[in-house]
Amino acid sequence: MYLFQLGKAPRNVRTSLPRRYCSDIPEGTRMVTLIPGDGIGPEISAAVQKIFKAANVPIMWESVDVTPVKLPDGTFGIPPSVIESVNKNKVGLKGPLMTPVGKGHRSLNLALRKEFSLYANVRPCRSIEGYQTLYDDVDVVTIRENTEGEYSGIEHEVVEGVVQSIKLITEGASRRVAEFAFKYAQENNRTMVGAVHKANIMRMSDGLFLQCCREVASRYPNIKFQEHYLDTVCLRMVQDPSQFDILVMPNLYGDILSDLCAGLIGGLGLTPSGNIGEKGALFESVHGTAPDIAGQDKANPTALLLSGVMMLRHMNLHEHANIIEKACFETIRERKCITGDLGGSAKCSEYTNEICQKIEANFSNKGSSRS
Amino acid sequence: MMFRTTQHLLQRVSSQLRTKTRVKSHQTLQKLDGGRFAPFCSLPVSKPEGHLTCTLIPGDGVGPELMHSVQDVFKAAGVPLDFEEYFLSEVHHHAVSTDLDVVAESIRKNGICLKGTLTIPDFSPTGELGSLTMALRRKLDLFANVVHVKSLAGVETRHRNIDFIIIREVTEGEYSSLEHESVKGVVESLKIVTRAKSLRIAKFAFDYAVKYGRKKVTAVHKANIMKLGDGLFLKCCQEVSEYYPRIQFDSLIIDNCTMQLVSNPHQFDVLVMPNLYGNIVDSLAAGLIGGPSVCSGATFSPDCVVFEPGTRHTFFEEVGRGMSNPTVMFLAATHMLAHVHLDYHAMIIQRAVEKVIKLGKVRTRDLGGYASTRDFTAAVINQLGR
Repeated sequence: MYLFQLGKAPRNVRTSLPRRYCSDIPEGTRMVTLIPGDGIGPEISAAVQKIFKAANVPIMWESVDVTPVKLPDGTFGIPPSVIESVNKNKVGLKGPLMTPVGKGHRSLNLALRKEFSLYANVRPCRSIEGYQTLYDDVDVVTIRENTEGEYSGIEHEVVEGVVQSIKLITEGASRRVAEFAFKYAQENNRTMVGAVHKANIMRMSDGLFLQCCREVASRYPNIKFQEHYLDTVCLRMVQDPSQFDILVMPNLYGDILSDLCAGLIGGLGLTPSGNIGEKGALFESVHGTAPDIAGQDKANPTALLLSGVMMLRHMNLHEHANIIEKACFETIRERKCITGDLGGSAKCSEYTNEICQKIEANFSNKGSSRS
Repeated sequence: MMFRTTQHLLQRVSSQLRTKTRVKSHQTLQKLDGGRFAPFCSLPVSKPEGHLTCTLIPGDGVGPELMHSVQDVFKAAGVPLDFEEYFLSEVHHHAVSTDLDVVAESIRKNGICLKGTLTIPDFSPTGELGSLTMALRRKLDLFANVVHVKSLAGVETRHRNIDFIIIREVTEGEYSSLEHESVKGVVESLKIVTRAKSLRIAKFAFDYAVKYGRKKVTAVHKANIMKLGDGLFLKCCQEVSEYYPRIQFDSLIIDNCTMQLVSNPHQFDVLVMPNLYGNIVDSLAAGLIGGPSVCSGATFSPDCVVFEPGTRHTFFEEVGRGMSNPTVMFLAATHMLAHVHLDYHAMIIQRAVEKVIKLGKVRTRDLGGYASTRDFTAAVINQLGR
């Protein structure tokens, strides 16, 4: 049934799509791994699936469960089927995952990141019309190196009461993320890339990162390159966020700044996130599992939906991405049917239906104008 | 008899003051210094016996210009304090920069220092990994940086009525400048966290909270990732908190902290954190209240205090243009005066600064006006006697 619909519907859309798109997908559909996640994860994943279906997105979901299983070597970890699925599909969408505390599990997020060597975390933050915050001119993309830096996990207690944590910066990883940032800027018609660093304090490590960014920048003359100190970025970000475009930085700074930017536009419930790796790409919502409202149809699926939109763009399905994004922003702008965290009273399903209706209305408008 | 003499003296002093400050009675005089001292004790405040000395480090960028303004205001207010000025810099005229030992000795002797911001370049002229600022902190054991983030009336910002304190450990952590290149292209930078220093800063934070009547101390960390390093810091804060049952204690992860700061900064009271996070939160908080030129701070060692801007921005682009805002140095200077119990002078200067900003007639560029540093200083001096 599902396949049939997908096979039938894209014909309307396909006429207006560029030729490249058609040649990309010979059979018309692509497989995407879906990790619904814990807590509110299943609800919001279902919402996203419903919206994608309404927009006739030519993808098929392969839903997998990442509950840790006992591996042949005796440790607990991600089930091999998940790894297989992502390796095959190259693209995945992931809801929030709970990290069990004190059970000897490594954070699943970290494990997934490592397994697929997801080296760059991309978080676009744009002010959303209809949800007023104190900052209304935010349009920043933070790109964060995801594999090393302060999160290398190398720590030890030298003598009692003296701990060393090692921040690891390598030329390869720094160059790779810098390269990605500039490529991203070019593909998304951005004009500026800023490297965020603290090279005046960590002269060798951040110095190396900065050096790599400079070298890569010299190969992209059409994109303006800037260097910012971390503290200056924080200061100016809260005074006037509009002066920043794309920011590329090591792990810890990226973690802090991406959350800061999310705070500017209204929290993690509205910000999409993508992890780009060598073997595949995983798009996710970065908010928590919200166990207190799980199963009550109250959750806001916007972050996961927008992550899905990012995923579609990554798969070159730009038209579908635009339709869904437009419907989503329109729904929030109208403020008639929004969830509790945005100040409304709608349920998750009502919000989802509203977006679906907008998408369908969009299709029928197009159809009528064409005929 | 004794009582009569006191009364008599007091009348004389207040009549002297009347012309300048419109002090009408000794009750008012009492009110001026916050009522902390009996009338008898308030005498040395307005007529001190000796002069104090303070070490002055103008700093880089606009630092020297701002220090001139401070000196002008001190002169106009008749502050009984002399400056011992030393030029210290890592970027300008490196050869003529005063020896660090001399400066450190002076600060140790005087106990107080007023310091502009020193630029920290990406490359040290001597090839050292550590900066001059860090060297000074190490030499004097200046371990606790305190920034009181408080909104000033008259400064237009998105958030209003912000009032919290950031306490930052400034001698270890990421700023240990222990780095090496293991093989080409692989650099390790060590972050050092010690139990002794973590306990010390935690105790400082709680003591500060007690002294200034604060209710909550929040430890900011990233212990979920740096389990040993930040974990140790967090554990030390928890241990110390048990000795202060009247002060509420909680902890917050640094990324969440920055997010909360931009969305709801009013929930914070006293924040305590390791070095790098302090740098981030200081700057962010300064941005919330109107920028680095309205946010002053101080760094404490067990026996001396350096008063300085709360965030380290030197405004190189404004050097020599006479347009920078001296408020940050005025505030730092008033805190210094209060620290050495020149409460009266501290108060009149602070009131004058606050009033000039609140009236908004004389505003420097960063606050949306066109006044020069000199105009602003003159306006403050003008307000002193009122």
